[in-house]
Amino acid sequence: MASLNTAPSKPDAAPAATAAPRRRRRLDLHERPELILVPAVFVVVVLAWQFLTVPLGIKEYVLPRPTQILDAFVAQLGSPAFWSNVRVTVTEALTGFVIAAVGAILVGTFVAQVRVVERTVMPYVVAIQTIPKVAIAPLMVVWFGFGAESKIIMAAVIAFFPVLVNVIAGLKSADADKVEMLTSFGASKFQIFRMVRLPSALPFIFAGLDIGVVFSILGAIVGEFIGAKEGLGYQLLQANYNFDIPGLFAVLLALSVLGIVAHLIVRYANRRIVFWNSGDRGGAH
Amino acid sequence: MTRSAASSGNVRTPEDAHDRWIDVRGLQKIYRPRKSEPTHALADVDFTVRKGEFVAVVGPSGCGKTTLLKILAGLVQRSEGTVRISGVDVDGPKREVGMVFQAPTLLPWRTILENVLVPVEVQKLDRTAHRKRAVELLDMVGLGGFADKYPNELSGGMQQRAGICRALVHDPAVLLLDEPFGALDAMTREYMNVELLRIWRESRKTAVLVTHSIPEAVFLSDRVIVMTPRPGRIAEIIDIDLDRPRDLSIMASDAAGVYVERIRRYFNNSGVIN
Ligand SMILES: Nc1ncnc2c1ncn2[C@@H]1O[C@H](COP(=O)(O)OP(=O)(O)OP(=O)(O)O)[C@@H](O)[C@H]1O
Ligand SMILES: [Mg+2]
Repeated sequence: MASLNTAPSKPDAAPAATAAPRRRRRLDLHERPELILVPAVFVVVVLAWQFLTVPLGIKEYVLPRPTQILDAFVAQLGSPAFWSNVRVTVTEALTGFVIAAVGAILVGTFVAQVRVVERTVMPYVVAIQTIPKVAIAPLMVVWFGFGAESKIIMAAVIAFFPVLVNVIAGLKSADADKVEMLTSFGASKFQIFRMVRLPSALPFIFAGLDIGVVFSILGAIVGEFIGAKEGLGYQLLQANYNFDIPGLFAVLLALSVLGIVAHLIVRYANRRIVFWNSGDRGGAH
Repeated sequence: MTRSAASSGNVRTPEDAHDRWIDVRGLQKIYRPRKSEPTHALADVDFTVRKGEFVAVVGPSGCGKTTLLKILAGLVQRSEGTVRISGVDVDGPKREVGMVFQAPTLLPWRTILENVLVPVEVQKLDRTAHRKRAVELLDMVGLGGFADKYPNELSGGMQQRAGICRALVHDPAVLLLDEPFGALDAMTREYMNVELLRIWRESRKTAVLVTHSIPEAVFLSDRVIVMTPRPGRIAEIIDIDLDRPRDLSIMASDAAGVYVERIRRYFNNSGVIN
């Protein structure tokens, strides 16, 4: 906050001068060596994997080389069946995620309003959180069948709790000073909620959504493991049965790409919506 | 029209009501935090403020000045005593009160203009008319070019000035100011003092200002309430007999110097150095 007059207006700070970012990047590398180290580790590991598996006598059907996985992955990209499975899994995960997010925000908002409700509900939330929720997948398949429903519900159940916990923590995180300021002008409880508590909770809610969206993919895959005729989880099991290990790794690669894309989308939305928060605050896990 | 007797038993005349526009009697405040020792913040505080009067409160840090202002604003419960504004018991926030907080307390997700309009939104006042007023107020405090910026793009002093605009935007009859100029440089501070006097004079507000600056208290006020260290009591209430309207040159006068010295002596005696 040194130069006030030249500070770019926040929402559209995109067109920046060319000299400044370059200087900043060089400075960043000095202060944050991980910017170099992270890709360097990746390259070293992949190269070692590529060139050491044969000399070490590791069988291809146990651990295929990165180039073989890449070949299998590229082959999948040309296969309509693969894309159909991607669509199935993404639809299940996203539907589950949306249900979880909306549900957790509504329930969390209600719980955070009334202290008695919060005190009553929180022990159960904590208890349920300690249950490994993948363990209920078989039950979901029994209850909701082999179709998409059981996967959507798995995705929703797994994504629900991280969002819920963050919504509750976020709604309680508002500065007492800001609440007092609004109170002094005669604001109602609802106005204080809308004008202070909810915006204060947004960084937390996004932290929860970030975890939740990745969990929802996990939930859909686990559901597909138990019983499905389509989806990436199904394809992964098929590759396993057929001893197509490069194909199995290709699905794993596809799943990580999905996870990363989902994470980046949430992060982008967070940056746009919670623009005032520089990202160094908020988020309970 | 029959006038109901005040709880003290005195029948209040209209002049009385005018003179006791803000009426504080036997005020005590003891904070009782759940997890620590109680703090006796205010003890036996009695004073009145006339309608349209400008009163400053000075006293050492921690003597309960903010507490006093928050009790007047209906934000903090008193432990004992009566507090009335325009004859009505203060039991919660009132719309005719505008408060400037010690910290700017802006909402980081709103632009400066939207922040200034918070009271208008809360009280559901006419938005277009008040928007114009908000822009004028921002111009007046030198933030005309910053209406659409966000608080984190402004310095602390600029944020504090926005906080002052927010307290004025709905034209409250009573203005409570908690060290509003603490974060400002000396030049801006003097300018803001003069502007505050102008607003106060033109809009005939009743103002209570907490400040650490003795010359500022003398320059602005009709009366200065000097408080003791905690628990805050009133040491003396000093009438400032300087002609109005005032400008900064009055501070060079002997009369002003005498007032400043007199108040300063309290601080020196109590061993509190500002
Ligand atoms: N919410 C609170 N709970 C407990 N104690 C409090 C609370 N607010 C203030 N106090 C205590 O009451 C006393 C008076 O505080 P107050 O903020 O009113 O002082 P002040 O005169 O405004 O000080 P300063 O000049 O430093 O702003 C202090 O000792 C403070 O620690
Ligand atoms: Mg204070």
